Amino acid sequence: MTQASTPRGLTRGEMAQRVALDIPDGSVVNLGIGIPELITQFVPEGRELIYHTENGLLGMGPSPEPGQGDLELINAGKRQVTAIPGAAYFHHADSFAMIRGGHIDLCVLGALQVAQNGDLANWSTGAPDAIPAVGGAMDLVAGVRTIYVITQHCTKKGDPKLVDACSFPLTGVGVVHRIYTDLAVVDVTADGFRLVELSPGVDFDYVQQHTGATLLPIAEDRAASHV
Amino acid sequence: MIDKQLESAARAVADVFDGATVMVGGFGEAGSPIELIHALIDQGAKDLTVVNNNTGSGEVGLAALIKAGRVSKMICSYPRTTNSTVFPERYRSGTTQLELVPQGTLAERIRAGGAGIPAFYTATSVGTPLGEGKELRTFGEREYVLEHGLTADFALIKARAVDRLGNLLFNKTARNFGPIMAMAGAVTIVQSASVVAAGELDPETIVTPGIFVDRIVHIADPAHESELVAEGVSYP
Repeated sequence: MTQASTPRGLTRGEMAQRVALDIPDGSVVNLGIGIPELITQFVPEGRELIYHTENGLLGMGPSPEPGQGDLELINAGKRQVTAIPGAAYFHHADSFAMIRGGHIDLCVLGALQVAQNGDLANWSTGAPDAIPAVGGAMDLVAGVRTIYVITQHCTKKGDPKLVDACSFPLTGVGVVHRIYTDLAVVDVTADGFRLVELSPGVDFDYVQQHTGATLLPIAEDRAASHV
Repeated sequence: MIDKQLESAARAVADVFDGATVMVGGFGEAGSPIELIHALIDQGAKDLTVVNNNTGSGEVGLAALIKAGRVSKMICSYPRTTNSTVFPERYRSGTTQLELVPQGTLAERIRAGGAGIPAFYTATSVGTPLGEGKELRTFGEREYVLEHGLTADFALIKARAVDRLGNLLFNKTARNFGPIMAMAGAVTIVQSASVVAAGELDPETIVTPGIFVDRIVHIADPAHESELVAEGVSYP
């Protein structure tokens, strides 16, 4: 399957902006490394989100000004961050008790593949010479109440990332609730992938062509969204 | 009078034996007890099993210990890091084994080990390659895997402040694995930038009570791993 030569759909920033619209005021959120980190730039006016980083900080703020950082104040991606007024530090067992215990409202992660039953693969391609590394991804998807995925709809080679069944090693079974891509917003439902919204300039058939499983049309009752 | 302070890092790690399990605090360089690790390299103990979230970077600290051929097994969640080249070489050549553990499961295994709990159930890794072969049990409508507590012969930890009884404060996100590894180590060795008199730390704010700490070394101005790596330092 190949992608059309003319780029369509949302940019990475626009994808992050679209996710930000769906995060309710007051949510405690854990953002994965990469595109998910962009979400902080697009939180609508009047909403306050609290960011959890699993290495031990609740109330993570933006990157420090140059020269103002502390090598021991970092995020899960090991980049320097700041702590907002009211932030708290804690050890790893407490941090993952927040995750495993269901205290974090929402986690937004990247993906290699998402299956129509909500299975997620995002830690390994299973390549025999790769050094396996998992970090906190399995803990997050097992423990956080709502899991959103933000990802390009297809790989750079044009292979669909929304699939019938994951071919890569799983991070978690049946854990993803909603997927935000450059082409569409898609819910994982008991019946499989269901379209929630098309990106501007993209039609249903185009998204279906680039999806590796059956895509159900937008539900009549859009209010059925779980958000 | 109880005084857990020793005069040098070398003295503090002198009895680490071949084949020991050693927990090393830190998440990346934050909280990495680099002077204690360098003292352990000088000391020469080998065939170590090391528990750390990562595998170090460059050729200093934990990466230098691995490069020196002292580590036969790593128990960690994320052995791939920027500037991490030592571990991948030894893993591919089969000279250092890897037990890959999800980060939260690793933390809870350490906490459980230190708290006298031999095993616990968690939903993390169910249905994934990391859950394969583990005992499964259903509670309510959900499946969980059995995970075992982890203890160590020694724990090496970095603190910001300590008193002679071993009560600890940490610096920001350098706290990470320190408090739980202090609990899980049979002998817990702490390097601290500040050593203060008993009573100077507010009992209400102490993060790790001194009962979990056995030895203290004063390292007033600890090196930073990323700065050593940037300078191209290779230890020893």
